[in-house]
Amino acid sequence: MTASSPATGAADRVRAPFGVRTAPVTARDVHGAYTVLACADPTGPRPCAGQFYMLAAAARWGAGEDERPYLPRALSVLRAPEGGELRFLIEDVGPGTERLCELGPGDALSLVGPLGVGFREPRDGRRAVLAGGGVGIAPLAILSDQLRAHTTVLLGFRDGAHAAGAELFPGARVATDDGAAGHRGPVTDLLAQELDADPLAEVYACGPPPMLEAVRALCELRGVPAQLALESGMACGFGACFGCVVPTRDGYVRLCVDGPVLDAGRLQTALVPGAGH
Amino acid sequence: MTAASRPARGDRGDGAGDRVAGAGDRGYPHGGGRDGASPPPADASPAHAAVELCGIRLRHPIVNASGTFDAIAARRVFGDELVTRFPFSAFVSKTVTLAPRQGNAPPRLWELPAGLINSIGLPNRGLDGYIEHDLPELARLPVPLIVNVMGFHRDEVVRLVSELSARDEVAALELNVSCPNVETGLVMGADPGETARLLDAVRPLTDKPLIVKLTPNASDVPAVALAAQRAGADAVSLINTLRGMALHPATGRPWLGGRTGGVSGPSVRAIALAQVDAVRAAVDIPIVAMGGVSSGRHALDLIRAGATLVAVGTESFRDPAAGERIAAELAAEQARVAPPRGRRDAG
Ligand SMILES: Cc1cc2nc3c(=O)[nH]c(=O)nc-3n(C[C@H](O)[C@H](O)[C@H](O)COP(=O)(O)OP(=O)(O)OC[C@H]3O[C@@H](n4cnc5c(N)ncnc54)[C@H](O)[C@@H]3O)c2cc1C
Ligand SMILES: Cc1cc2nc3c(=O)[nH]c(=O)nc-3n(C[C@H](O)[C@H](O)[C@H](O)COP(=O)(O)O)c2cc1C
Ligand code: FES
Repeated sequence: MTASSPATGAADRVRAPFGVRTAPVTARDVHGAYTVLACADPTGPRPCAGQFYMLAAAARWGAGEDERPYLPRALSVLRAPEGGELRFLIEDVGPGTERLCELGPGDALSLVGPLGVGFREPRDGRRAVLAGGGVGIAPLAILSDQLRAHTTVLLGFRDGAHAAGAELFPGARVATDDGAAGHRGPVTDLLAQELDADPLAEVYACGPPPMLEAVRALCELRGVPAQLALESGMACGFGACFGCVVPTRDGYVRLCVDGPVLDAGRLQTALVPGAGH
Repeated sequence: MTAASRPARGDRGDGAGDRVAGAGDRGYPHGGGRDGASPPPADASPAHAAVELCGIRLRHPIVNASGTFDAIAARRVFGDELVTRFPFSAFVSKTVTLAPRQGNAPPRLWELPAGLINSIGLPNRGLDGYIEHDLPELARLPVPLIVNVMGFHRDEVVRLVSELSARDEVAALELNVSCPNVETGLVMGADPGETARLLDAVRPLTDKPLIVKLTPNASDVPAVALAAQRAGADAVSLINTLRGMALHPATGRPWLGGRTGGVSGPSVRAIALAQVDAVRAAVDIPIVAMGGVSSGRHALDLIRAGATLVAVGTESFRDPAAGERIAAELAAEQARVAPPRGRRDAG
């Protein structure tokens, strides 16, 4: 654990109840290419920003493409309003996320969590600059809710359908690859502008591996601290399988228990083999 | 030497771990129940059938499969609830090797229909790191500790066994023989002669129960089991993972960093049952059976085929508390059926 205090003010890891529990789906909303699922988890603790859950549909999990899914899927918590509600932002990229995106009120999720280590508070009074790419915007929503100080949110999407995800972040600056919304180009263009204007910042980023790597390289060049929420293939989410390792300067670490948020300084690269789609 | 001549171990199993939830409280789709987050009252399930393996008394027949549950990491994630509701009646460590290992390059996982291919590559701190860092923490678990070891050379296994068997915290040793002997190039556990020579070297070094974990990637698994028994093994465990492979959908190159990996989960369950049945016909020593167990019914099948203990592996990835549910389901199944022929005392 690092010296800086966590973004939640308490701990950057909230412990999970032991075992799978059932959470009824209470709402489903579509924002362009993304689905937001809300569920009721009254007995679970409130997670920290950056933590995740292992999710499965409580019924009919399996028999999709390639007769999958079999294992639960890792999903960052999008928001955790008071009253034991959890919200997730999901992009359908395969059989597991496809099944999750089908669910609605009347269905239920099986979940384990909250898992992993979340974001920490900015060090030395720096201002927080949040940069998200695609479905990686999810953990930045709860982070901007939980950070007390004013934050800047920069979001990158590939096209207009995905840019609808920005509806979840009033006041965010948007970039799209095809120019359908906001700045045309990568979100790192916006990040470079922000850091030009005020380099006394700490960057919080989550997104596809190439975007995270661009953020990491940019921040390294400018000496700006960054916390990156990475992704890797996970089977268990609680340190049991050793399947989710990512290379760091001190060897492999299990992303599910030592991450998913890692200090950029620990990484030689954010390009994780097998991650992304 | 017979297993029965050893003092009973595992007295720590009577402690905090006694509270076991009923089958109905887990929300997993293929699990037991549908509802509810709160654990049921402690006595909601039928009494567990206590068992004995080579003189080690255990509260119920469900243990974890090596490498599929890290009790130290799980303690960080779930806190004390992991200990008060410890799902297994003994804890089996991930394979310990003499030197530390980083493990294979990622990606390490490929999902199958009802299963998984892993190419983890046995990352671990090595013997000294295990003794210094892991052993003190694992000794605080409320159940006996079984340490799984592997060497690439007979001398490595000799050191692992002699050092670990000197530790009071260790109740038994499991020998993972699914790796090539660097001297002969033969996979130790794929050849009865190699297995016998390995046991000849390590059997005299310890009074603790020695469990030989057989590889299913052998042409005659019962012959290897028999060689292990004749050379003094106290028990055998099976099955380890079956060799498998997946190609990257876009590039057509091997997906897994280790090129091939081991298949586990429900897709290997029928193979496990057949191998346990065949090994039971060949040996008299107890069997620890595993492979695709995800319910009490599957555990009962393996016990009926002759197993004393059943290990849960991949199912724990879907529910960390799966072992607790399966133990409760098994107790309910056993209460319904006549005593299985396979449950027998050690030796
Ligand atoms: C900590 C963390 C947080 C996450 N948060 C979110 C989130 O908030 N929202 C969100 O939508 N997603 C999130 N993800 C990603 C999400 O977990 C994956 O998109 C999901 O697991 C994909 O499952 P699938 O069955 O839909 O697709 P899959 O078919 O599993 O495809 C996903 C990718 O996995 C690979 N793949 C393909 N087949 C296989 C196979 N058989 N076995 C293994 N790999 C295969 C390919 O690279 C493929 O492109 C997160 C991941 C992590 C680790
Ligand atoms: C991710 C993973 C890691 C494993 N690591 C080990 C190990 O370190 N040592 C070992 O003897 N077996 C290891 N195994 C094999 C299991 O102990 C077990 O034999 C096998 O998975 C079959 O059981 P299952 O289908 O219930 O998972 C591993 C299996 C998996 C899935
Ligand atoms: S997902 Fe299993 S160890 Fe991280």
